[in-house]
Amino acid sequence: MSRTIKGQSGEWEIVIGMEVHAQVLSNSKLFSGASTEFGAEPNSQVSFVDAGMPGMLPVINEKCVEQAVRTGLGLKAKINRRSVFDRKNYFYPDLPSGYQISQFKDPIVGEGEVTIDLKDGTSILVGIERLHLEQDAGKSLHDQSPDNSFVDLNRSGIALMEIVTKPHMRSSEEAAAFLKKLRAIVRYLGTCDGNMDEGSMRADVNVSVCRPGGYEEFRKTGSFKSLGTRCEIKNVNSLRFIAQAVEYEARRQVEILEEGGSIRQETRLFDSKLGETRSMRSKEEAHDYRYFPDPDLLPLELEQDWIDAIAASLPELPDEKRARFIAQGLSPYDASVLVSERELADFYEELAQGVDAKAAANWLNNEILGRLNRDGLAITQVPVPAAANNAIIRMVADGSINGKIAKDLLDIVWSEGGHPRAVVEARGMKQVTDTGAIDAAIEKVIAANPAKVEEVKAKPKLAAWFVGQVMKETGGKANPAAVNAALKTRLNLPDEG
Amino acid sequence: MSVDKDTVRRIAKLARLAVPEARLEPMAGELNGIFKWVEMLGQVNVEGVPGMTSVVAQKLKWRKDVVTEGGNADALMANAPGGEEHFFTVPKVVE
Amino acid sequence: MPDLTAMTLVEARDALAAKKISSRELTGAFVQAIEAARPLNAFITETAEQALAMADASDKRRGEGKAGALEGLPLAIKDLFCTRGTRTTAGSKILGNFVPPYESTVTQNLWNAGAVMLGKTNLDEFAMGSSNETSAFGPVFNPWRAKNSNANLVPGGSSGGSSCALAADLCLAATGTDTGGSIRQPAAVTGTVGLKPTYGRCSRYGIVAFASSLDQAGPMTKTVRDAAILLTSMASVDPRDSTSVETPVPDYEKLMTGGVKGLRVGIPKEYRLDGMASDIAGLWDRAAGWLKGQGAEIVEVSLPHTKYALPTYYIVAPAEASSNLARYDGVRFGHRAEKPHDMTDLYERSRGEGFGAEVQRRILIGTYVLSAGYYDAYYSRAQKLRTLISNDFGAAFEKCDVLLTPSTPGPAFAVGAKTSDPLEMYLQDVFTVTVNLAGLPGISVPGGLSESGLPLGLQLIGKAFDEATLLRAAAAVETAADFRAKPARWWAP
Repeated sequence: MSRTIKGQSGEWEIVIGMEVHAQVLSNSKLFSGASTEFGAEPNSQVSFVDAGMPGMLPVINEKCVEQAVRTGLGLKAKINRRSVFDRKNYFYPDLPSGYQISQFKDPIVGEGEVTIDLKDGTSILVGIERLHLEQDAGKSLHDQSPDNSFVDLNRSGIALMEIVTKPHMRSSEEAAAFLKKLRAIVRYLGTCDGNMDEGSMRADVNVSVCRPGGYEEFRKTGSFKSLGTRCEIKNVNSLRFIAQAVEYEARRQVEILEEGGSIRQETRLFDSKLGETRSMRSKEEAHDYRYFPDPDLLPLELEQDWIDAIAASLPELPDEKRARFIAQGLSPYDASVLVSERELADFYEELAQGVDAKAAANWLNNEILGRLNRDGLAITQVPVPAAANNAIIRMVADGSINGKIAKDLLDIVWSEGGHPRAVVEARGMKQVTDTGAIDAAIEKVIAANPAKVEEVKAKPKLAAWFVGQVMKETGGKANPAAVNAALKTRLNLPDEG
Repeated sequence: MSVDKDTVRRIAKLARLAVPEARLEPMAGELNGIFKWVEMLGQVNVEGVPGMTSVVAQKLKWRKDVVTEGGNADALMANAPGGEEHFFTVPKVVE
Repeated sequence: MPDLTAMTLVEARDALAAKKISSRELTGAFVQAIEAARPLNAFITETAEQALAMADASDKRRGEGKAGALEGLPLAIKDLFCTRGTRTTAGSKILGNFVPPYESTVTQNLWNAGAVMLGKTNLDEFAMGSSNETSAFGPVFNPWRAKNSNANLVPGGSSGGSSCALAADLCLAATGTDTGGSIRQPAAVTGTVGLKPTYGRCSRYGIVAFASSLDQAGPMTKTVRDAAILLTSMASVDPRDSTSVETPVPDYEKLMTGGVKGLRVGIPKEYRLDGMASDIAGLWDRAAGWLKGQGAEIVEVSLPHTKYALPTYYIVAPAEASSNLARYDGVRFGHRAEKPHDMTDLYERSRGEGFGAEVQRRILIGTYVLSAGYYDAYYSRAQKLRTLISNDFGAAFEKCDVLLTPSTPGPAFAVGAKTSDPLEMYLQDVFTVTVNLAGLPGISVPGGLSESGLPLGLQLIGKAFDEATLLRAAAAVETAADFRAKPARWWAP
């Protein structure tokens, strides 16, 4: 994906910023003791506080505060020791109190950054503006009845982290890569499960276009005047849709501008069926949220040693793990793929114990991921544990079995279970390296194919056919390199250059 | 600050309060009386004075992350107008 | 048969403990009195059956040797406290027939102490008012009438139903809430005692919120000692209220002993308003004399930002209220307009029909001062004024231990006398509002009668969490004032 798109009149640059809402992993809600579990019966996980009943008051959940700080540290961001909760006032049926408790002027986390690794091997830094805590709203169902909408408040009050980026993304690839990386980071940290299909992570994507040079000007001066008017695409809930939405929206804006029109700053929705963005009717009037500090709460104050304890407890994050894998011999690209999911990285580490890193990575990429994909399984559901796979790799490394047998072995234990070493023993799959056995097999094939023997003397490349036959004769267990060498000697074939 | 009936109409909209057309002008008058009176606060020099963000000199209390509430849809719905099978009902909303 | 309803909390407590009377008898007497006093309109909901059942349960507990601090004592509860299973209205149509499925912390504390609930008292709608005239359930009439007059007077507000019930001997004591003076002002104009504790002393959980940073529940009683007893049970440290302060609750009744010898009593000069009525000014001076006579030292102090307090209050309180009242929208409980054609219509008409004029006015004021372009000039500025007002008290308390002021600018006024101009009504709180803005405790004690024969109150203001000193000083004023007058019973044959 290039960083510019071609319009009728020339090139255009795309500029993208994002606001990601990530549901905090916690047992109970941000300001009430109701459960946060997904998929419960309607209105069964609602405290009177969440329902905005008369006289109800918020009390903050310490775990949610911890998760926000943990995430901030994972984003290499400044943790603000003092932050304030504000009320954002507006009317909507899924907002029972008529206001959302959020953070406006003084968020819990300040500026940070995220590194994203692109397919071409380059990396870019996406700046984070801030992260704040706020309440999620309930859910409205509009298609259950012709005249009414139904409101379920189970989600009302669940803690959200709103992560706001700076407008540092320049293409749909970068936008998707950023969200993927952010998702990996929060999953590594255990602060959000990142399940976009369940709605635990959603992105509002801001897109604008400008003539080449405009973005550079913006980065230099910080003035938004150098950028185009942006439109916000709300609630994009998959990585694929992000890329599509950005592509469509950028094109839409370029077309308008090239026809001499101007972009109206507005909020839009992405229609995944049509692959288009369209204007949101209900957001026509500008909202006056009348933010003011919530008088039912006091400012949130954090002790430095409490923050330090969280910092000390952080797991190794994707960037550090990636650097370590590269140092162990993997390519930057392979390393990036492996760290994109913590479970995958953990699997790989166990897999690579005591074997060549590259061999382990190749095994994982070529054999395991393919089979998982075929069977519609996630890495966490792999039927052959890492340790067992590690055994297979070791057996290839020490010559017990050859590469082809190794794949067959994997197929067997994948569908039937059992430990690889035991299976190899039981089925006699050990590689044949005994030169006597190989010579015997070669004699057999030569004896059965006199015509071919003559042919190969004229066309040495046909030796491959012989190798194949000898492999068959040994039930596939011979060491191919040893067969090749013995065959050359026996048939007096020249060495290949 | 002074409000006219258009402003009252706009504020009433923000507050989702139906004020009959005939009441707009009188309401503007009542509000203006009050706003004129609070103007006197402008006389005070508040430079460098922090706002009173908390009346109590205490740190925000934290709650342990345990499920202690909910699971009582019946009690929740008991006072609901309309309401169907544990959903709150409202006129159709078009997004 | 002695009039059981004329007892104080202490007298009733002693009588019950000595088994001279039962809670059933006592409660029965109040139930009858309440029925007979319906013309006063002090109660929105009478809970006679429940009261008698609670009384019986109390007598049974006492028989088993288990008596709580308020065992068997019948109380009236302002209809702003959510009471489980009993309709709660906040004096408004918008709550419809809302029956809370939960109990406020303060009232739960009272039931845990063994008290009995006689009913829910009338109030200004959403606690917004100083005369109980904004209630959707009709005005309350002050048991007191001026000399040679049949005019109905207001009982003060917003806790008008509670103050009326108390003054008319319809309960032993009552609960109220005070945001700008709503306990102290009604107490003053009905000749009773009303205490607003330090902000954060009593939990706000389950109390219909008006202005979150100013609201505080408190006792309304016949004597200062009764107030100390009731406060001890009402107050608690509540984990369900983030603004509930983590200071343990002492036994206030025990702490109010000791007299006022050596106590420094401050007289804030800015409270002597131009044109102050002579009977009020005179009472104020006399009270200073009483305290001096009991060994206190009188000190003149200054609270320079006093005159900005009322306008500050009328920015902060409506702003918070406009947000707190957004939840009354006809969706999950309360009044819903008929046949709404869309959400906007549902909201606008439900709220337009459900809220009274004063509430609507304050919602509009609050919405406006928080709106874009006005926040800095009004709300933000008002919050800074609060700091200055609070600092004034801080400086004054370097020189004194309590402050003495009048409670109100005048005695009870006639129903309808001040409803034409909202500002005139707001001025009723001129002496009380400063105390809420600074979060301090304040108490009103009956001091004497006005020229027209109506009660006048004296206010004492204390340091944060120093209710003990406040109560001590109040007791001294009470003793010296020796206010024994009672209203003539015009409402029941």
